Amino acid sequence: MNDPATRMVSVDLQENEENRAVIEAIEADNPDVSVRHMPGVVKIEAPGRLVIKRESVEERLGRDWETHEFQMAIITLAGNITEWDDDEIVLAWNARR
Amino acid sequence: MTATPTRPARKLSMKARYSALTRDLDWEPSYVSSAEMFPYTSFEGIKIHDWSKWEDPFRLTVDAYYKYQAEKDKRLYAVLDGFAQSQGHLSLSQASYLNAMKIFLGGVTPLEYQAHRNFAFLSRHFNGPGPRFAALCQSQDEIRHAQTEIHTLSNYNKYYSGMHSFLKQHDRVWYMSVPKSYFDDALSAGPFEFLIAIGFSFEYLLTNLLFVPFMSGASFNGDLPTMTFGFSAQSDESRHMTLGLEAIKFLLEQDEDNVPIVQEWVDKWFWRGYRVAAIVAQMLDYMLPKPVMSWKEAFELYFEKQMLEGLFPDLEYYGIKPPRHVQQAIDEKEALSHFVYWVFYNFSFAANFTTSIPSTEHQAWLAENYPDTFVEYFQKPRWDKAQRIVDNGGRFFFMGLPQLCQVCQIPMTFPEPGDLNTICQRTSDYNGEHFNLCSDGCKWIFDREPEKYVQAWLPVHQIYQGNCGGPTVPDVLAWYGMQEGDGGEIAGSRDEVNWAAWHGTPAAKEA
Repeated sequence: MNDPATRMVSVDLQENEENRAVIEAIEADNPDVSVRHMPGVVKIEAPGRLVIKRESVEERLGRDWETHEFQMAIITLAGNITEWDDDEIVLAWNARR
Repeated sequence: MTATPTRPARKLSMKARYSALTRDLDWEPSYVSSAEMFPYTSFEGIKIHDWSKWEDPFRLTVDAYYKYQAEKDKRLYAVLDGFAQSQGHLSLSQASYLNAMKIFLGGVTPLEYQAHRNFAFLSRHFNGPGPRFAALCQSQDEIRHAQTEIHTLSNYNKYYSGMHSFLKQHDRVWYMSVPKSYFDDALSAGPFEFLIAIGFSFEYLLTNLLFVPFMSGASFNGDLPTMTFGFSAQSDESRHMTLGLEAIKFLLEQDEDNVPIVQEWVDKWFWRGYRVAAIVAQMLDYMLPKPVMSWKEAFELYFEKQMLEGLFPDLEYYGIKPPRHVQQAIDEKEALSHFVYWVFYNFSFAANFTTSIPSTEHQAWLAENYPDTFVEYFQKPRWDKAQRIVDNGGRFFFMGLPQLCQVCQIPMTFPEPGDLNTICQRTSDYNGEHFNLCSDGCKWIFDREPEKYVQAWLPVHQIYQGNCGGPTVPDVLAWYGMQEGDGGEIAGSRDEVNWAAWHGTPAAKEA
């Protein structure tokens, strides 16, 4: 249970049309994710690490997307944000500096 | 004069923008000492050696902050307008769904405003520009939450009872003192304790339990505006969670001497927050006509799995253990909501919401979700008995005043560890006076800071002392600002009668 590579990180996103591209991009870039649908909410979990890539989202959205826009989609998270730059957002445990 | 064409400057990276717009705006004071400029950050015993080590993973700058917050508000207000214009309130699952919102408006919204105030204070008084800026954003978020919650629910206030005097009632009504005293406790602590209390223990450990399943419940029960404000607020919460986590790691990394201080705050504030969450537990399990997720499942998913199994192994590296008394919370997950709703059922004649015996289908859902406890400990000895009274033309209300816990201010209702048939009661003596506590957790908190908790404004004691309008129930309810139709039984209530008339169905017979 204490292995940071297997402990689950997760993000909960609003389930709406605009976020569909974000959700699909996460599923494509993180092969081990599991997805749970609740009314209005999608919970996406992955063991150890989860990445959201700007390019993957833009490809599916068909327009420019800046990583700041992820703030419009997110409801909650479990894990540390270990990276949030212009190209990607990374969630992981064991993020000691 | 010719204009020289200039190439647009290359856009800075997020990291560079963040650095330029937050850290670069700081300066060293020269007219006064640092200690004079920041007088509040030393008395709690927390040692900070290097404020620049504070990280903001969101790398949020003021321009990006306002841009996205404005967008969030635009989306929310578009929904509120459409909902009001289309008489959206008629498409709720039931009028009684709004009981949960009546509790939310009086119990939670004023806390958002208090959070706004205290984060504004922190945005002035922390020594480092990183935490100051993060606190400034959170302060703005919190006032946005207070305002959007009031705007969202004001539409319901035009049609339904119990929401007309929420601010006054936050300060006066018996059960509202639970969330109010919790927040007052945090506001009257120092800046670092507040950060661990609200930033970490509430925002990181427990806020998901309040917002996520509950807003999902709003979605499921036709409450589009609440779902939208909830998720709009919650998108800020993920930033607050990150701030809370950053806060605890920063304090722990700065000095080993901070570790035992922080541990005690985690222990205290986990239990304080968990007790407040008991009100949410009954909202999830009893107040949603179409329930989405039981308290037990929400607790397992958002607390046990994400926090105890996810976060705390990370904090172990710094020497932080899971909160003291956490096992008691885990043990109570099968029973918590049932005890609290039973209290509300007994006392809703003195509240701004109505209660009723759960329907047959609802009781079946409870039995399914709580197979080890509901039927044996709650259905048979409580609800079946209440039903017999109703069948004979009565309605059980408890007309006395309950003993309250000196710390969490909840009536004594919680069980002895391992024994659901015995009410837990602990006592402490201080300065020759006797104090009652609901649990080992609350007793531990009392004994650690008795001078603080002997000053608690306990609604029941205040009634006995003659400070709440007078000695009778009508006197007290008048002082609470209650109006006809606000409280009592759902069946035959003003909201139910109106609801039936609006939908062209005959009203249920009065109980």
